[in-house]
Amino acid sequence: MNKEVVIRVENISKLYRLGQVGTGTLSHDLKRWWALTRGKEDPYLKIGMENDRTKKSKSEYAWALKDINFEVNRGDTLGIIGKNGAGKSTLLKILSRVTNSSTGTVKIKGQIASLLEVGTGFHPELTGKENVYMNGAILGMTKKQITDRFDEIVAFSGIEKYIDTPVKRYSTGMTVRLGFAVAAHLDSEVLVVDEVLAVGDAEFQKKAIGEMKNISASGRTVLFVSHNMPSMKALCNKGILLKNGMVDYSGTIDDTIDKYLTSDSDMADSGIIPVDMPRLYGTGEGRFRQVTLTDSKGQVKNEFYYLSPINIEIDLEILKDIPDAVISIIVGTLDGERILFQDSFFEKLQAIPLKEGWFTVNTQINQSLLPGAYSLYLGLAHINGTTIDLIERVSDFHVLKMAYEANRQYKWDSSHGFILSKEPITIKRQ
Amino acid sequence: MTDKTISNNTDNWDSIITSGRGYLDFNIKELWRYRDLLMLFVKKDIITVYKQTILGPLWFVIQPMLTSLMFLLIFNNIAKISTGAIPPILFYLAGTTLWNYFSDTLNVTSKTFTENASVFGKVYFPRIILPLSKVVSGLIKFLIQFSLFAVILLYYIFIDKSITPNWYILLAPLWLLLIVLLSFSIGIIITALTTKYRDLIFLIGFGVQLAMYATPVIIPLSEVHGNKKIFFLINPLTSLFEAIKYGLLGKGTFYINWLAYSTLFTMVFLVLGIIIFNKVEKRFIDTV
Repeated sequence: MNKEVVIRVENISKLYRLGQVGTGTLSHDLKRWWALTRGKEDPYLKIGMENDRTKKSKSEYAWALKDINFEVNRGDTLGIIGKNGAGKSTLLKILSRVTNSSTGTVKIKGQIASLLEVGTGFHPELTGKENVYMNGAILGMTKKQITDRFDEIVAFSGIEKYIDTPVKRYSTGMTVRLGFAVAAHLDSEVLVVDEVLAVGDAEFQKKAIGEMKNISASGRTVLFVSHNMPSMKALCNKGILLKNGMVDYSGTIDDTIDKYLTSDSDMADSGIIPVDMPRLYGTGEGRFRQVTLTDSKGQVKNEFYYLSPINIEIDLEILKDIPDAVISIIVGTLDGERILFQDSFFEKLQAIPLKEGWFTVNTQINQSLLPGAYSLYLGLAHINGTTIDLIERVSDFHVLKMAYEANRQYKWDSSHGFILSKEPITIKRQ
Repeated sequence: MTDKTISNNTDNWDSIITSGRGYLDFNIKELWRYRDLLMLFVKKDIITVYKQTILGPLWFVIQPMLTSLMFLLIFNNIAKISTGAIPPILFYLAGTTLWNYFSDTLNVTSKTFTENASVFGKVYFPRIILPLSKVVSGLIKFLIQFSLFAVILLYYIFIDKSITPNWYILLAPLWLLLIVLLSFSIGIIITALTTKYRDLIFLIGFGVQLAMYATPVIIPLSEVHGNKKIFFLINPLTSLFEAIKYGLLGKGTFYINWLAYSTLFTMVFLVLGIIIFNKVEKRFIDTV
């Protein structure tokens, strides 16, 4: 196995100024210039806090990336994973030389091409053919290289008929196909790809992923950013997880994805909600403190049999009397899509008065969730809708395909939705 | 264990991206690698401008023709400003053709960063390729316009016989190069300065217009007298315009000292332009 390092990222950091550019920057520029001409350090590189968007930063500057170090071997396909704002795009921009880092170096062997967008530089007035040349050249190909591969590119795009038509007459799908076709035929040894697979229809995405696989199988090095975990798993062998601009984990892609899905959540496993956990919303008059999920036998679990009820017990601390509380419990997917809602107001059509102190909240999810991974969201609010406390992804749990009653197993390979309806289906001859 | 030695060998990296900002790390080799891109940009400029027009590239010639006729009507016939010994239409056509090349190049290159931010934000190529391509596409446009001028010039040389060019005509391409280099340099300085502070954009719009009146485009230098002449000559374009006309039309003045001044002026701006442009191109995308 050839394990030559082709990309080495050393101590990359990137400082961004928050707020509006153009107001007060002149004075900052002058101060910076004055400090640098005296041979001192840039005064604004020191300040700037960790890039955690849930907390309001006191500084005007923030580190989008801080001390990033990693290496990529030849032939590796590295998946870069992280939440929105973790610094993935900034990292890609630095690697593809669109912008410059504030500190650190990136060393690269071979030519690097970046696909941060499909069809960069397409001009609507130019024909498909002219745009293939334009786009190819922008991505670093020479005219000869494009000419050599032109027929392949056109065949791959599947729009031979329209190749001499101006691109402005193309549908969005056709433009994307053509753009991806050019990108797929790049010659460079290192390829940086950002979420480009998120475009086009399902058939095209399949083709695109297949082509990406071919590229990485051909021994080229690919750096890939996507929110689509299944395609990450299919394409990459290594992964790094970015969190608040720092490398949180690096390893095999499977480990990295697992780490990502469970990161942020010791909470998701234990159900214990830290008191000092930053809340995005809420008045703070009351706080959820713990959630426990139990099965019908009262055992604490995070895996449940198909069709069996899930008992939820919540510890709630009230810091100030609340005359009109409403508690809501939401079941969502791990992607954050909310699929089931339940609140304390529905049954009796009235809010609950809660005095200062600790309370235990009990309920049950008796809807039949289809097999899959789910997460719990908790909300406490006044009757007028003012949020008191809101916790997202407090507790993850799985519903298994197995059921208590053997003949009630979930029979299908994949989950065809989230909730089972038990209404009978009748069939009569017409 | 051989892996280790390979990975520790820091000498054979093909490219090293640093946060530093070198002042004159102008990579000619890299620029050469992207020459095809430059030519494609030029091709795009030329063929997209007059798409869906009936007259097509004829517009390249119609524009200076109409401008010259308007100058002839307003400045020569109504305002009675003499064009000296040069036939008015020839004088105006020479002036507007040269001036258009200068001002068009300045106008487009000074918007390099702001107008192309979406492309620059997605992919790397040497940014200087774009303003350079504007210089080349401008040259093609200039040559088309110049051919119109040449036809009229030939008429005055061989039929009217009032114009005789001299050997200084051979130096004209050099002066033209200096004109466009000056335009290019000012343009890239402005685009670099306007990524953060847009104020200059407003200044440049009417600045270019005003500069035309301090260049012998409408008023020939021979008609400017006394100490006002210095205001024309301090403009580096004046001696260049005069030198071109001197060669082509055999009339005007060849100011050797002022030409040296213009050359020096252009070179200083060119070096300054490349330094500032290089410095800004690395992270303008964060502020534009």
